[in-house]
Amino acid sequence: MIRLGLDQEQIARLRKLAKEIVHGVAPIIKRNTTVSVERAIVRLMGLDGIDNDGVPLPNVVVEAVRPRLGDGVARHVAAAMLSTGMDINQLGTAVANREVDILSFPEPPEDELEDFWTEQTSFTMERIAERVKERNEYMKEYPPGPQPWKYVIVATGNIYEDVTQARAPALKGADIIAVIRSTGQSLLDFVPYGATTEGFGGTYATQENFRIMRRALDEVMKETGRYIRLVNYASGLCMPEIVVMGAFERLDMMLNDSMYGILFRDINPVRTFIDQFFSRMIDAVADIIINTGEDNYLTTSDAVEAAHTVLASDLINEAFGLAAGLKPQHLGLGHAFEMNPDIEDGFLMELAQALMLREIFPDHPLKYMPPTKHMTGNVFKGYIMNALFNLVGVWSHQGIQLLGMLTEALHTPYLHDRFLALQNAGYVFNNARHISDAFLVNPDGPIMDRVRTVMDDTEEFLKKVNDSGLLDAISNGWFADISRSPEGGKGLDGVSEKSPAYINPYIRSFAAYLGREEELEKWM
Amino acid sequence: MDVDLRNVRPYGDTMGDGAVQMSFTLPIPQGSVAREAARQLVLSMGFTDAQVVHDEDIGEGFTFFVVYGKTAASVDSTKIIPTEPEFEVWEREECNRRIQEYFGRPLVVVGACIGEDAHTVGIDAIMNMKGYHGHYGLERYSMIEAHNLGAQIPPEELLERARELGADAILVSQVVTQRDSHVLNLTRMIELVEAAGIRDRVVMVAGGPRIDNALAQELGYDVGFGKESYAEHVASFIIQELHRRMDDGRWTP
Repeated sequence: MIRLGLDQEQIARLRKLAKEIVHGVAPIIKRNTTVSVERAIVRLMGLDGIDNDGVPLPNVVVEAVRPRLGDGVARHVAAAMLSTGMDINQLGTAVANREVDILSFPEPPEDELEDFWTEQTSFTMERIAERVKERNEYMKEYPPGPQPWKYVIVATGNIYEDVTQARAPALKGADIIAVIRSTGQSLLDFVPYGATTEGFGGTYATQENFRIMRRALDEVMKETGRYIRLVNYASGLCMPEIVVMGAFERLDMMLNDSMYGILFRDINPVRTFIDQFFSRMIDAVADIIINTGEDNYLTTSDAVEAAHTVLASDLINEAFGLAAGLKPQHLGLGHAFEMNPDIEDGFLMELAQALMLREIFPDHPLKYMPPTKHMTGNVFKGYIMNALFNLVGVWSHQGIQLLGMLTEALHTPYLHDRFLALQNAGYVFNNARHISDAFLVNPDGPIMDRVRTVMDDTEEFLKKVNDSGLLDAISNGWFADISRSPEGGKGLDGVSEKSPAYINPYIRSFAAYLGREEELEKWM
Repeated sequence: MDVDLRNVRPYGDTMGDGAVQMSFTLPIPQGSVAREAARQLVLSMGFTDAQVVHDEDIGEGFTFFVVYGKTAASVDSTKIIPTEPEFEVWEREECNRRIQEYFGRPLVVVGACIGEDAHTVGIDAIMNMKGYHGHYGLERYSMIEAHNLGAQIPPEELLERARELGADAILVSQVVTQRDSHVLNLTRMIELVEAAGIRDRVVMVAGGPRIDNALAQELGYDVGFGKESYAEHVASFIIQELHRRMDDGRWTP
């Protein structure tokens, strides 16, 4: 493995700055809750299903509690369940049918409540632990392929068609299958229900769709002898709920960025910071690898000029993730091969960035995104760009290599586009497997010059962000040249200040499981 | 080089050879039957000399082919009417100067990516200060007041904002084309503008990687811009279109 010999003291300073930056928003996260966190709580309790109008029961229940959301849905659900003897799904149905007023039940005695939550949370923890155990056993019996893991996307809109599109590449070497969501799902303030066959630019993330794809990939696993990881997207307005669904259906990875929704989907910053925190606690308990979306910075900003914002955001995502209980091996921090191909020595700058991130984040399964912005209808040139991207990937030991499609920017991938992408990556990875053992980086050469520039720019940038505070930095447009205000964006009406009576029983059980009671006390 | 413009054929290595390279997948397992099926398919498309140069199992009973063929078909390129919009492209400063000269006030341009489509990349490339590929966006034009509303904007909201802001031009971006969603969205937008009775007052511009001028005009837009279009193209067209309308007495600044 190449050692660039980076300045370890500088790396420590960068981490410290990132930690201070994220701790700056801890009080606002602790002070408030959101409708999506509350819906995730009832989902964790086992609530699922829809009412006669197709509204998901978690929405029905949380809407019914809305006037007193600051108490937390848990308080009212517990009172109702203890008074009526109903289970959570009976209660959800009764609320939907207007048979009960969920706010009308007396506060149960403290000890009864204590027992109730012990039982509820251990039911949930067992359900998740069961999935974790299952994954570990499968991975032992059917070991996954070596890194960089080859990650491909399916996006037909029809879950059954997705299965066909996923099985073929999985049989041909793909290690990870991601099902892209339907355009616009990130802005839905509910999670659609059931198997779906209609979507635009992707397939709705529903628990049933998760189940269908999981089953299909487990079959391929048995055919090929390799565990195939499944990914979906927990970004947008329902972040924590989707992670709950993923935890229950043994998804292995979730797109779960701390700032992506704010910047690129105009979701309210406060809402997002709260939602990402709780969702990442669930990821940590369910042993799910998160992927972050730094590649998106480079679609709006220039990849050469904005390289330091990628490192800065990786450090911020890391700091938020560690605070929520994730470990380095869960942090699939993002970056991308997005420089203009016409630049002289562009390949060296890409390699510099990738080697730098590898050394700063040594235990993290970095997620490397392929060229998209500069892909054209010239599929032949695009195929070469993807080959260079793969070469950087194997050279710098990336964890997750999202394979570039030669038809990027033209249409959703055809079956053979994915096959050609796998062949490209398979060829380059195998042919250059030990390239990093063969070369040293010249300490006075162009790669190290570039690395030093990016690290210095990052340090300066993080200092500036720390001085102003993260929320102000975002509203100043310092990330991705996009400005978002804490008072603006979608989903702000779903944020409520907690009342003194607030409870979220899962915080305590998750914190205990993760051994982080003290740290998490500052956040939730 | 002696080219018969009335009979243009693909060129491989000899004028008129009609050489075409193609690749596709058939949903049948690899083998001699699949290879022959691919060859016959290419022949049935009207090619001669079909040669299956590569076939490969790509999983799940699908086979991928690379095939060469020769076509006897040709086109008369002298009969083709250009579909590209015809206008002069001016640099940013020239655009600013012309706006001052023709209209005496800044032009108001409002843009968005409409419908469910969440891609801001197209509208940002044209409108944001930074622009794209070294071509500054409309926000940097001193004589253009540019309002980029972003993505996932309902057509109704784009119309409402355009009216509030007194738009001289509306830019409508569409990136996603699955199930013809772009056509539906673009149509909805133009219908709303017409129903509001402001069609004559605004230049309607459609844009996106899969949009071309012919499609845009067919849907009732003044112009459509596809790939390789930058802010100066959009600005130049808007200025020239408004100037034309002014000369015809259909529009006043």
